Amino acid sequence: MIKTSRFALALLGSLALSNMTTTASFADVESNDPIKLTLHDWTGQLLTTKIMGSVLQKAGYNIEYVQADYIAQFAGLKEGDLHVAMEIWETTGREAMDEAVGTGKVENLGETGMQAIEEWWYPSYMKEVCPGLPNWEALNECAEAFATPETAPKGRYLGAPVTWGGFDDERVEALEMDFEVIHAGTDAALFAELESAYQRKAPVLLWVYAPHWAPAKFEGEWVEFPKYTAECYNDPSWGSNEDAAYDCGKPTGPVWKVAWSGVKDKWPGAHKAIEGFNISNDEMSQMIIEVDLDGKDMDAVVNTWVDANKDRWASWVK
Amino acid sequence: MITAMKNRVLDIGPLKSAKLFWILALFVTVFLYLEGKGLFPKWMFKVPRKSQLPVKKYISDFMDWLVQEANFGFFTFKELTRGMSSLLDIPLSFATSLFSTGFLEGQGSQAIQILPPLSWIAVIAAVVAMGHYARDWKLAAFIGGCFLYLAIFGQWDSAMVTLASIVIAVPFGVVGGLLLAIGAYRSPWFEKTISPVLDLMQTIPVFAYLVPILFLFGFGPVAAMIATIIYAMPPMTRIAIMSLKSVPSEIVDFGNMAGCTKRQLMWKVLVPSAAPGLMVGVNQVIMLSLNMVIIASMIGAGGLGYDVLASLRRLDIGGGLEAGVGIVVLAIALDRLSQAFATRSESAHLDGRLNIVKRHPWFLTVLIIVLFTLVLGHYIPAIQGYPASLELGVGTSLAEFVAWINVNFFDVLETYKTFVLIYFMVPVKLVLLKMPWAWTILLLCVGAWQLGGKKLFLLTLLLSLFIVATGMWEKAMITVYLCGVSVVIACLIGIPVGILAVENDRLGRIVQVVIDTLQTLPSFVYLIPVVMLFRVGDFSAMVAVVLYAIAPAIRYTTHGIQQIPSSLIEAGITSGCTRRQLLWKVKLPLALPEILLGLNQTIMLALSMLVITALVGTRDLGQEVYIALTKADTGRGLVAGLSIAFIAIIADRMIAAGSRKAKQRLGLGEELG
Repeated sequence: MIKTSRFALALLGSLALSNMTTTASFADVESNDPIKLTLHDWTGQLLTTKIMGSVLQKAGYNIEYVQADYIAQFAGLKEGDLHVAMEIWETTGREAMDEAVGTGKVENLGETGMQAIEEWWYPSYMKEVCPGLPNWEALNECAEAFATPETAPKGRYLGAPVTWGGFDDERVEALEMDFEVIHAGTDAALFAELESAYQRKAPVLLWVYAPHWAPAKFEGEWVEFPKYTAECYNDPSWGSNEDAAYDCGKPTGPVWKVAWSGVKDKWPGAHKAIEGFNISNDEMSQMIIEVDLDGKDMDAVVNTWVDANKDRWASWVK
Repeated sequence: MITAMKNRVLDIGPLKSAKLFWILALFVTVFLYLEGKGLFPKWMFKVPRKSQLPVKKYISDFMDWLVQEANFGFFTFKELTRGMSSLLDIPLSFATSLFSTGFLEGQGSQAIQILPPLSWIAVIAAVVAMGHYARDWKLAAFIGGCFLYLAIFGQWDSAMVTLASIVIAVPFGVVGGLLLAIGAYRSPWFEKTISPVLDLMQTIPVFAYLVPILFLFGFGPVAAMIATIIYAMPPMTRIAIMSLKSVPSEIVDFGNMAGCTKRQLMWKVLVPSAAPGLMVGVNQVIMLSLNMVIIASMIGAGGLGYDVLASLRRLDIGGGLEAGVGIVVLAIALDRLSQAFATRSESAHLDGRLNIVKRHPWFLTVLIIVLFTLVLGHYIPAIQGYPASLELGVGTSLAEFVAWINVNFFDVLETYKTFVLIYFMVPVKLVLLKMPWAWTILLLCVGAWQLGGKKLFLLTLLLSLFIVATGMWEKAMITVYLCGVSVVIACLIGIPVGILAVENDRLGRIVQVVIDTLQTLPSFVYLIPVVMLFRVGDFSAMVAVVLYAIAPAIRYTTHGIQQIPSSLIEAGITSGCTRRQLLWKVKLPLALPEILLGLNQTIMLALSMLVITALVGTRDLGQEVYIALTKADTGRGLVAGLSIAFIAIIADRMIAAGSRKAKQRLGLGEELG
């Protein structure tokens, strides 16, 4: 037994040597420990993270991708088990981010350049049923067109998971809309319902956000509410309803980058590069469409971007 | 659920006065339903925040203390847990290297592969060899086929990541469970202590303790593995305790007479004699570990679970199903293999004089294949990894099928759905929500007293008061409603199917495959089509729960009828029963205790699905756990998790007591249990 295993080891060793030749030469960076970037389960975030990862790699850093849950990752970021999270949305992650930043163990590295848009959304074919759209006041006149047996005679609006906030229940109250807010549990459920309704050309009114593949795949528009201002949310007397706040649309918000606060000392150059990272909604939407709808390979899309934008990322890593 | 329970109490309660009480109670309930809201102060429905017990805060504070300050003098508590996780990381990263990444030098993107992982041919050869070793060529071919399926359908890489974590988690679960069981076997005191802990481990949803595990054990595959072990170990412990206890006393006496020490008696006599029972436990650990694959992937385990989640995010139903079926196939292969090892007849000891080749033919063959493919794989990539050009996939055909159903049958389905909602689900929900909590608890406690006496009464009272005092009552009632409605429907479908499956062999086999698949297929896979057909809401949640929880209702019914002594059935036939009479007067009553056990299991599975159904937008305790997870709020999650566990424990104890009573009344001794 022992003899055979020794023979095997020798064999393996010879193989190993032949593999060694692939070693690349590494640039001079502060630490060769891998920087751990978190991957979640939606395409946009994977793209953002992989672009950042490739750029860091080009700068000579050692990186590692770790799959992690969007909110649960903060436990890891605080402890330094994870290092960088590239997409924390103002609209959905603000609370968890503020809590983590408050402990001093996590640092906000600024905006990614992308703006999250979130609003009530309907497919274009609903315009025939409800010609006054996209004005929100038209919705009340055709509330019944959006009704289901459970909500009739009120219309049904499918809101985001309760944990995302968004004040839709308050909005319906303040604007005196004849709608009932139903909360989906996850965004998968949200878009499953949209897909189902779209296939049947059935009425549907729901929360959609961008950058996302849904507004690209399905033809439709955002409802136009009175434009958001900070006073609208804070001051009841603002807007059409004198006694209630939230009588306006939703704010748009930046998508933030965060990192473990130790990154600054351990990899100062990488810290600067992550702070510099900047990408626009349009660029991102285009890449999401290429991956999710055209079925292109994600790494190929990332490489194309990195090759085409050398000047931009060169200024981040300088 | 409450009404179902009441009915049973009615025909079990031997006393006239008990019957009278329940009839009166029914009237009061109807009255409260109609008039109750105005009669009682508001705190009878919802305990105001300031009088709630701040258990959430206690737990969160304790957790903070544990993570930040707890200290044993030489090292902190966190250093201890972190030490444990780096210890566990050693076997896990070895297995991952072996199956998936290859052995690496260095870290991250700078790592260099020193050795490739096992090639797909080598892995298949190894499982075929194990199949043949455990039983015969038929099993070997079956298991080889399962793994080949993974390669052909493009699931190989993810499947190997999952396999690596299972291969490490299972031995830890098995050994840990066995050690606990041995402790319990030796000391009744220890058994009494761990029994409630095991109950909690089985019934608290994993989401509830995910956050503390992440804090203590760090982020990544190890934390996922620890959560898996916590979830999968209890059945092993229970089955092991039972098997150790049922070793015939003659064997123990013989061991004593032969002069065994205590340790020898345990490891050389008791454990080997209990082996068949222990293997059932091993099997359970494997199945439960695979159940955890999806949740584990949320905290960094990767593998097939991640593929399921990511495909569903894209609404790629086909992709989700492919990865989901990959999990099922892996589960079935490992299940059959472990069962074969459990029942393997120990062949006579081999002749010691045979040479090494003849003694270990399989081991050497596999070793040669491993080395051979290792060398060849270096030059021919198709030997190392299954060639991508030969992979198959269901692609978009499944999504098109769902779309076809959606377009053509949505309205029909909608009609049925509305009917069930309006005439069944909504009324049940209203009844439960309109009762003041004191009245519901009173009814529960009276039921508990009648079924199980003073002890059960006290337990029920305390556990339900905990739910009230922590402010979870309303959500708990929605939980009971959703779970109860689903269990009733699961039984209405499951019990008749179970009866038919006994009568008709062929149907029985088909049903067996279907329920095996339903139990191992991650529920996420069918959640999306269900939402597409039934919209977000309670009904979709109910459908998902029924699909998952129906298996035990069918299985236990079949089992219950099959094990009725044939003499009793013959007696029925000779006394001139018609088929219908035979079923209703002989078979069903005799199978009742077993069917009740099935009911019990159905309730447990339904409760364990609640957290998942929160993802389609229910407003119950499951949602509370889920919200707590997304906010990383340990206290909130554990309080909601405990409330779910307490509902499960109350239901479990009451049904167990009911089943005991039913057995006594039928004059069935313990021999059927």
